[in-house]
Amino acid sequence: MEIPYTIESRPDTGLYNAKLGIWLFLASEVMLFGGLFSAYVLLRVGAEPGMWPHGWLNVTLGTVNTLLLALSAITTLLAWAACKVRDFTKFKIFHACTILLALTFLGIKSYEYHDKLIHYEIKLNNGTFADGHLVEKSKDFDLAKKTGTVTLHGRIVQAEKELMDLRAPAAQTAKLDEVTVAATDIKSMGNYGPRHNTFTAIYFTLTGLHALHILGGTLVIFYLWGPGSRMWKTDPERFTNRIEVSGLFWHFVDLVWIFLFPVLYLT
Amino acid sequence: MSSNVQQFPPFREPQPHHAHGHAEHQEPNFWQKFIFSTDHKVIGIQYGFTSLGFLLFGFFLMLLMRWQIAHPGVPVPLIGPLLGKLLGQPAAGGIISPELYNSFGAMHGTIMVFLGVVPLAFAAFGNYVVPLMIGAPDMCFPRVNMASFHAYFLGGVVMVVSFFIPGGAAQAGWTSYSPLATTIPTNGQAFWLFGMVLLITSSLLGAVNFIATIIQLRAPGMTWMRLPWFVWAQFVTAFILLLAFPPLEAAGVLQLMDNLAGTSFFLPTGLAVGGQLVDRSGGGSPLLWQHLFWFLGHPEVYVLILPAMGIVIEVIANNTRKPIWGYKSLVYSVLGVGFLSFIVWAHHMYLTGMGQKIATFFQATTMIISIPSVIILTCMFLSLWGGSIRINTPMLFALGFLPMFGIGGLTGLPLGLAACDLLLHDTYYIIAHFHYVVAPGTIFALFAGVYFWFPKMTGRKMNEFWGRVHFWCSLTFMNIVFMPMFLQGIKGMLRRMSNGGELYSLAKVPNAIDALPGNIMQLNGVILWAAVCLGIAQIPFIINLFWSINHGEKVGTNPWHATTLDWQTPTPPPHGNFAEEQIVDRGPYEYSVPGAAEDFTPQGGPAKNPTAPTHTPAHH
Repeated sequence: MEIPYTIESRPDTGLYNAKLGIWLFLASEVMLFGGLFSAYVLLRVGAEPGMWPHGWLNVTLGTVNTLLLALSAITTLLAWAACKVRDFTKFKIFHACTILLALTFLGIKSYEYHDKLIHYEIKLNNGTFADGHLVEKSKDFDLAKKTGTVTLHGRIVQAEKELMDLRAPAAQTAKLDEVTVAATDIKSMGNYGPRHNTFTAIYFTLTGLHALHILGGTLVIFYLWGPGSRMWKTDPERFTNRIEVSGLFWHFVDLVWIFLFPVLYLT
Repeated sequence: MSSNVQQFPPFREPQPHHAHGHAEHQEPNFWQKFIFSTDHKVIGIQYGFTSLGFLLFGFFLMLLMRWQIAHPGVPVPLIGPLLGKLLGQPAAGGIISPELYNSFGAMHGTIMVFLGVVPLAFAAFGNYVVPLMIGAPDMCFPRVNMASFHAYFLGGVVMVVSFFIPGGAAQAGWTSYSPLATTIPTNGQAFWLFGMVLLITSSLLGAVNFIATIIQLRAPGMTWMRLPWFVWAQFVTAFILLLAFPPLEAAGVLQLMDNLAGTSFFLPTGLAVGGQLVDRSGGGSPLLWQHLFWFLGHPEVYVLILPAMGIVIEVIANNTRKPIWGYKSLVYSVLGVGFLSFIVWAHHMYLTGMGQKIATFFQATTMIISIPSVIILTCMFLSLWGGSIRINTPMLFALGFLPMFGIGGLTGLPLGLAACDLLLHDTYYIIAHFHYVVAPGTIFALFAGVYFWFPKMTGRKMNEFWGRVHFWCSLTFMNIVFMPMFLQGIKGMLRRMSNGGELYSLAKVPNAIDALPGNIMQLNGVILWAAVCLGIAQIPFIINLFWSINHGEKVGTNPWHATTLDWQTPTPPPHGNFAEEQIVDRGPYEYSVPGAAEDFTPQGGPAKNPTAPTHTPAHH
């Protein structure tokens, strides 16, 4: 006996095997991201008053990325529809768009990560904080040996709390300038990487895991667009199913971003 | 398809090579056949042998720990020098250091649960039996199935390798509570987390496959209420794995970030280790880890027990020669257990100070979940009533399961009530309770399954006499190992102490309730030697298992006169399982039907229309 319902649907369930499989997989993905989102909720609720950051992320870039993914959802759907009406050329065009949109999304995301990794907060010995993007470190800069200087494009604040809400009027009107600090004045120094605080930690983890999903989805779609599309000639029905299943995954990944964007960028 | 049919003999032919139905294909070589096989039966057997190996490994870790508990600081006899050579400083002089004891403890739990019992109960039996029982040619996604085994195997390798890295394996218990798991100076925890991510991936792939197979590949006529209950149990188990494991994966990713990227997801503000403030941002929540862990951890208990119950039901129905009592109640109960298992997790956390109201809620759900569990056990007992019971090794193990699981379940009730749990938490009472559920409970059911389906896999029976020796010795020593622990726990012996409570017993405060009496400490010696005997009792099983593959008594396709479809295939079933599509026309347990020719009526068979060339399914 051969395995039935690999291509055509089982009458009583109305599904072919892979379609049921991907829905089940997505159910587990919902639980995975559900777990991470509930971690976000607990960390945010448990944060000390005034210590949960607001406005740390670039809303413009986030909006652009949201639109990119929304567009890619449309092109994915159109690519599948093109397969359904047996129009291979249109399929190629639409999924080429999907891949380009996904790569642009990842490019913007990398820029945002880079922007956080060159953003430093320096705790000074006099109790104030220098905060800003790295301009340069002098050649002999060495924190351990206390030599050299570091220059940031940012500002000096009296308390860490002032850095938390960048949408507050005080932060909006603050003047950013080049600040040079000598290593001898530095108590500790760190960038806005995952270990900076729980917000950056959950930001990097959630968006990193999401970016990995984008990357995986892009690889699959690229495979089906390139070498995998040979199946079109031999078994267009099965190929169309593959496009549908990969499309379902892609829509899920888009949907996760629809939650990530307000949770991380807008609140 | 019709050309294939003739190549499937109803019984095993002397040339099994041609029984593959793909005569044009070359005979697969060793790698294709045993390592990269996509056949659900081969994968089931791969899972079976690997997980049995891990069970034995986990058992040896336990023996070493029991030695250390009974004789703290005394070098381990026989293998002590070897241990010192293999593991270096932590086992210097053949003595198990507290650090090594901790990592043995953590890894014993991890290996037994995630590498031993779950793969054997769910993946091995599920893979081998479920497609046969529902009349399917294979699993829905054979290559995903293979990937699932490979991920599992790799996860096992990572776990074993972690013993040999500097600092040794994970030491924070199988529950890996933060911040302990992050502050212990060994990379063992990172290995543990990597291993867990692989194991979770494996079970995710398996769960998707099982659910899709059971929904999509049931033979015509195999309606939901005609599914053998074993299949129901596996179906619910697969859903639990599908939905409960991902939150642990999320937690694993977060703890991995804590351990490798320096984040503070589970580290509170102002954490001090060894009198020093830790250089972390803080702001995290240790309670968060416990919630995410137990959100998996408690459903996991039902992952351990439901497939075992499924095996017991099949064996009992077969050996009482009558329909199982209350099939529908069993089905609704298993669904109820599956659902409720998601809302009881925080009864593991009464001591965390999460609050009275939350504790009350989880106390209530915990009491409620015992109702469907008791229904299942009651149905098993009632099925025995009025049956003409056949005693054989599988039946003995299935019967042994009933009181053993009963003890495990009932001793869990005091733990589900927050007030008693405050006293019993983290003592040997807990150890005794869940081991009664899993060791003489689940593992006995798994032994029953091995003895029961061995003839299907090989065409030969395992030796009956040595099977009974295995059963009676295991039953005796299991109880001598675990029964005293209830007493030790009630007297206040805590569970994770590497010297077995020696220091507490020395605290001779008159009338103090926390000093352990000497006779309680002496039980450690009894338990040690009972555990050694338990190990010896497994030798007949191991020899029997391997010896019977080639030398056991030859039997036909249906030696137990069973009704379910798995016994209607050739033995061993060829690739593709069935010669023809099976048509199911009755329930799974039609034993002793009045008026029937024999005392069992198979659930289905090939289409019974001889005039049709061969039954050509509509979907081809």
